Amino acid sequence: MEYDAVVIGAGPSGSFCAKTMAEGGLRVLLVEKKQEIGAPVRCAEGVGKEDFLELVDVDRRWISVEIEGAVIYAPDGTKITMSREHSGNEVGYVLERKIFDRHLAEEAAKAGAEIMVKTRAIGLLKEGNKIKGVKLSRMGEIFEVESNLVIGADGVESLVGRWAGINTALKPNDVESCAQYLVKGIDVKPYCEFYLGSRFAPGGYAWVFPKGRDMANVGLGVLGKYSGEKKPIEYLNEFLEFRCPEAKVVELIVGAVPVAMPVEPMVADGLMLVGDAAHLADPITGGGILNGMDSGRIAGKVAIEAKRRDDFSAGFLKRYEKEFMEKHGKIFKRNYFIKEKLMGMSDEEISEIFRALKDVNIEDLSVFGLIKEMFRKNPKILFELRKYFL
Amino acid sequence: MVSVNRERCGYCGACVGICPSTALELVELHLKIYDEKCVNCGLCIRICPMGALEV
Ligand SMILES: Cc1cc2nc3c(=O)[nH]c(=O)nc-3n(C[C@H](O)[C@H](O)[C@H](O)COP(=O)(O)OP(=O)(O)OC[C@H]3O[C@@H](n4cnc5c(N)ncnc54)[C@H](O)[C@@H]3O)c2cc1C
Ligand code: SF4
Ligand code: SF4
Repeated sequence: MEYDAVVIGAGPSGSFCAKTMAEGGLRVLLVEKKQEIGAPVRCAEGVGKEDFLELVDVDRRWISVEIEGAVIYAPDGTKITMSREHSGNEVGYVLERKIFDRHLAEEAAKAGAEIMVKTRAIGLLKEGNKIKGVKLSRMGEIFEVESNLVIGADGVESLVGRWAGINTALKPNDVESCAQYLVKGIDVKPYCEFYLGSRFAPGGYAWVFPKGRDMANVGLGVLGKYSGEKKPIEYLNEFLEFRCPEAKVVELIVGAVPVAMPVEPMVADGLMLVGDAAHLADPITGGGILNGMDSGRIAGKVAIEAKRRDDFSAGFLKRYEKEFMEKHGKIFKRNYFIKEKLMGMSDEEISEIFRALKDVNIEDLSVFGLIKEMFRKNPKILFELRKYFL
Repeated sequence: MVSVNRERCGYCGACVGICPSTALELVELHLKIYDEKCVNCGLCIRICPMGALEV
């Protein structure tokens, strides 16, 4: 079997990349180790509206809820609500990823990509340093697939990059360990709730993302550095007791999300890493769906050009990394910097800032708008931050 | 040597992502541990959201 490109992992990043390449006329194979694309979901499923609409046309089938704003709670319970002035103007969506992920894979198939499920990549085929394809394992059968290009879209547990000599092992300071329940019987508005502070989630936050009617994703992430004896699942049980003791749990998921700088390098000869595999989730929020899809799109475009020139060298593929970083690099640097500063703040410091902000009308709805406000009284940090605004 | 409690494991791959020496691999819902590669750093035990790993 021979392909122009093999994509490892059918999450949003991999499927979107496969679709882009297939549309460009490449012979593409998309490989997923699970027998079911889209499940289990390891995600709270929230995305910002604007960036999302840049990538896909919205389909009601995979939208759970349209979000109108956010409510953020400081450790002492002081809350700040951020919403667009004109109500009814939604700012984001909570997706139904079981359907969304599958939809993206179907789109890839529609564009001409082959798909193999229950098939796991177990290594790269190499000729010297040059990648010649992948070694796959399906239900006990091991076989090889030749390809000029391999795309590592294998998520937070990525091994593809490591096989090519890129160290993608996450550092405890750069990963959130998460647990989440889908619950029924919770009182929610179409707002995403965020709870800061060490009581619920040291070095991270707890969230409530509405899923329609009286359902919601209730979860939290604890920074790897602070994760120890007490496990995220225990924090989650306490948070559930606090937020909605009456609610009934219908699903449990656990997972990890990188809150890191993008992997360097993101490419090797005949190889590109996209999405969580390249640590492309946002360092503050841990949101990785949109960055992942955009990285898949850019990598796909570069792959089409690489095929046209018959040049799959790291030197050429570097264009992907360059284009991605030109578009998103500054935000990564800024948000990573902010993440580090937030980690250095005590519960009381955060609460104090929130108390001072309580009556401020925050126009800019983004998390970043709030963060700017939070550091307003700290000229040193604000000075540093200014670098990232220019 | 690290061992996994399969009744607790939520097959999330957090441990795989943090392991510095590729001693772990998630085969769908089944965590594989390659003892010969493990350097006993304990990071996987710390990161596991379920408390499913122990020495
Ligand atoms: C609890 C939690 C909440 C989150 N909430 C949000 C949120 O609200 N909004 C948001 O934007 N992001 C959120 N994220 C992050 C988001 O889920 C990820 O960033 C996103 O799924 C990354 O997409 P991906 O395609 O890169 O990787 P994934 O979606 O992880 O897909 C990788 C795929 O590769 C497959 N795979 C792995 N290894 C192999 C192999 N060897 N062979 C074949 N297949 C393989 C896996 O089975 C998987 O299907 C959250 C994460 C967690 C853990
Ligand atoms: S103890 Fe360290 S080396 Fe061993 S499996 Fe866990 S993370 Fe990997
Ligand atoms: S981190 Fe824990 S729950 Fe997740 S796969 Fe590893 S052992 Fe299982």
